[in-house]
Amino acid sequence: MGGSLIAACHAVVARDLLIALRHRSDVLTTFFFFVIVVSLFPLGVGPEPDTLREIAPGVVWVAALLAAMLSLARMFGADYADGTLEQLVLTPQPLVVLVMAKVTAHWLTTGLPLVLIAPVLGLQFDLPADALATLLLSLLIGTPALSLIGAVGTALTLGVRGAAALTALLVLPLYVPVLIFGAGAVAATAAGTGAAGHLSLLGAMLLIALVFAPWATAIALRISLE
Amino acid sequence: MLEASQIECVRGNRRLFRDLSFRLEAHQALRVRGENGSGKTSLLRIIAGLSPAESGRVSWNDGNIRALGEDYLRDLLFLGHSNGLKDDLSPVENLRYALVLAGAGADEPALRAALAEQGLAAIADLPVKLLSHGQKRRVALARLSFSAQKPLWILDEPFIALDSASVERLARTITSQLQRGGMVMFTTHQEVELPGTAMRTVELGVH
Repeated sequence: MGGSLIAACHAVVARDLLIALRHRSDVLTTFFFFVIVVSLFPLGVGPEPDTLREIAPGVVWVAALLAAMLSLARMFGADYADGTLEQLVLTPQPLVVLVMAKVTAHWLTTGLPLVLIAPVLGLQFDLPADALATLLLSLLIGTPALSLIGAVGTALTLGVRGAAALTALLVLPLYVPVLIFGAGAVAATAAGTGAAGHLSLLGAMLLIALVFAPWATAIALRISLE
Repeated sequence: MLEASQIECVRGNRRLFRDLSFRLEAHQALRVRGENGSGKTSLLRIIAGLSPAESGRVSWNDGNIRALGEDYLRDLLFLGHSNGLKDDLSPVENLRYALVLAGAGADEPALRAALAEQGLAAIADLPVKLLSHGQKRRVALARLSFSAQKPLWILDEPFIALDSASVERLARTITSQLQRGGMVMFTTHQEVELPGTAMRTVELGVH
């Protein structure tokens, strides 16, 4: 019983990763969107190191938020259109767990690349090494929360006209706490006050999202398929 | 045994049908007939548990399907309007993942044999997006070869886009499912012969 659940989750993740590999442009779009948006700021604001250091945490985090938004439609959209979502819901396994597998695959293809490139982008803003490390860590904790919260929004708007804009309206307000504590952690490190508090709160948000988001997403998916 | 009692289905403001009751027992096939838009697909989705009925109850072996949840899904094979295939994956890959999710994993030679049986051996490794309509349908139907242990098959327009040889093959597959004690509920606009089986009909849209 447990074995087949693990096999099913593995199949969901493996299938999505294989599709991402075949359809690299999807993954690369999100990735380069993030890179370009972050890189525009030093060009626009000017090369004043103090200003750049000041705005860096907010800029990188807002760009990560927008990149995550951009990729949300892909999480269930294609599956909804081709009928695989219907089959997923009819799988004799708990849908909540399968949703977790979907979100994991989504994070691996969209969130993780952002986390890995962020320190390199941080260099453009003259961030010190310890702030770069905090940036990496805060994104590592924060982006899975973004994928989880986003899953609820995108599941609710499946099959609705203008779904992308509606998802943004639904999801962006929910991203605000993650943004505040994520950017706050980096700013706190740069200011030398330590980021432990911010990171703990970010971790707490991830845990809450882990508990509630898959459950809400599963319900939303069932409603969307009715 | 599948039992639907007093089902009512409303889509938008329109009532498609009401007070629909039927029973389906082992060895029986049930064909749902009706014009376009008479609610055939809606009925199949209600029976599969994908959409709720406005009122009424669907039970499987005397348990409400809502309460049975995964226990019902384990006994059910549903093939909907859309094939549930990923365009970027090949028929073999699609079939492999679909079977693992259904809890019936199969090894590579068995997958290829099932696709060869559908006449798809030569294109088993092409991306599905390159296949024709009928070929995609046959890839989806290859799942039936691995669903012998599932007592209830619900097939929405399974014969659509198939060539005559494939239609006969599918009719044989359905017949053997009925002979081993399974049940099949399906919709079709074509006249289909299932020799030696008990076929019953539900007519929709007749008021």
